Amino acid sequence: MLTFARRTFIVVWKDLLVERRSKETLNALFFFALLLLFVFQFAVGPDRERLAGTLPGLLWLAFILSGLLGLGRTFVVERENDCWEALLLAPGDKSAIYIGKLAGNLLLMLVVEAILVVLFGFFFNLDLGAVLPALAVVIGLGTVAFAAVGTLFAAMTAQVRARELLFPVLLLPVQAPVLLATVKATEAVLLGEPLGSVAHWLKLLAAADVVYVAVGVLTFDFVLEG
Amino acid sequence: MAADPLIRVTGLRKTFGNHRVLDGLDLDVRVGEAVAVLGANGAGKTTLLKVLATLVRPTRGTAIVAGHDCARDPERVRREIGLVAHGSYVYEDLTASENLTFWVTLAGVRPSAAALAGALATVELDRVADERVRTFSAGMKRRLSLARFVLVRPRVLLLDEPFAGLDQRAKKWLEEHLASFKAGGGSIVMATHSFGRELAVADRIAILVGGAIALDTPRGALSADDVQRLYALHAEDTC
Repeated sequence: MLTFARRTFIVVWKDLLVERRSKETLNALFFFALLLLFVFQFAVGPDRERLAGTLPGLLWLAFILSGLLGLGRTFVVERENDCWEALLLAPGDKSAIYIGKLAGNLLLMLVVEAILVVLFGFFFNLDLGAVLPALAVVIGLGTVAFAAVGTLFAAMTAQVRARELLFPVLLLPVQAPVLLATVKATEAVLLGEPLGSVAHWLKLLAAADVVYVAVGVLTFDFVLEG
Repeated sequence: MAADPLIRVTGLRKTFGNHRVLDGLDLDVRVGEAVAVLGANGAGKTTLLKVLATLVRPTRGTAIVAGHDCARDPERVRREIGLVAHGSYVYEDLTASENLTFWVTLAGVRPSAAALAGALATVELDRVADERVRTFSAGMKRRLSLARFVLVRPRVLLLDEPFAGLDQRAKKWLEEHLASFKAGGGSIVMATHSFGRELAVADRIAILVGGAIALDTPRGALSADDVQRLYALHAEDTC
């Protein structure tokens, strides 16, 4: 167990260190998120009623689009100098690599989402302070499910020529129930409703988190072996 | 040398589509022995190494490494082997020390700072331990990829063109390192199509033609010219 934890940690450490040095993904995602917000701002306009109806969807659309970009790059670094082959040859449980990759992706996505929430508040003149804890719970649960499947599918498509096309085509249909639950829960939370009122959606998200992470852990070895 | 082979390949066949790359290949490698597998481009040298490294599953036949079947029990085989292939298996944005820490930890070894420094000193990279690999030459990257085996200590080294791209000093270092690995009881399979320093390290020469071993002979007192003549006789005439 200790070895598993050490192997997981070393993968997270390596991915975050490479990202800190190269800043390729975070910089790209930040500017992409900023561009999205400009587009949304023009599309929705200043109408407050219209904004209230579309904001949850827009927020998750921004999360999903930036997530797709970030997750799609998860295994790009492993293609450099054939590191993918060396990962495959590393003895021991491959699910440690999956959990490490997932944790690194989660951290990156949560940073981008935190920035996006702040920018949403600023761009659309919203006071999110009161709903922030509840919003964080919904975002956290939704992001785990998204990153769990995204990390697995990123590994699955990493060695495929049309991976940029295949990755979202595979990922988005699987995410449909998660997207439905997150948008509905976010809508209620932004209207000031307590978390208890969206408990059914939160349960669905928690179940999706458990199922998706378990599927990733159990199948990653086969995915890596190709 | 012990009598039991550490590697035993029997009737190995590998096909990709309609193309038969390996065709009934037999090869034994004993403990402390180094075999240089010579062959033209496309002869199947890299495929043989990939089968032994568990990266490619054989179509027919068996490949046993340290008593474990490469196809049925790849996980156990991976604990016994070290592969140095065309890729250097290093991350360009990490330092030499960080790369080494990552790969040996992933292999289940918990290296102390002194052990890491010692491994880097062994491959003569201790002075650039904290420099990013992006600035390294191909030879330095090759040495760094070998450094992990100083700490992980596999029983079998699988090397694909190990001396390619190295300068004279690095070649000399690698030759000494491989000799010391053999002396420690390790076995080596080297794929090559050159007649350089690989032959000095090798105890046996195996010439691969059309996916099978056409000649397997002890290197003994054979000079590089003798090997070249044998190679021409067996390989080039059939190509």
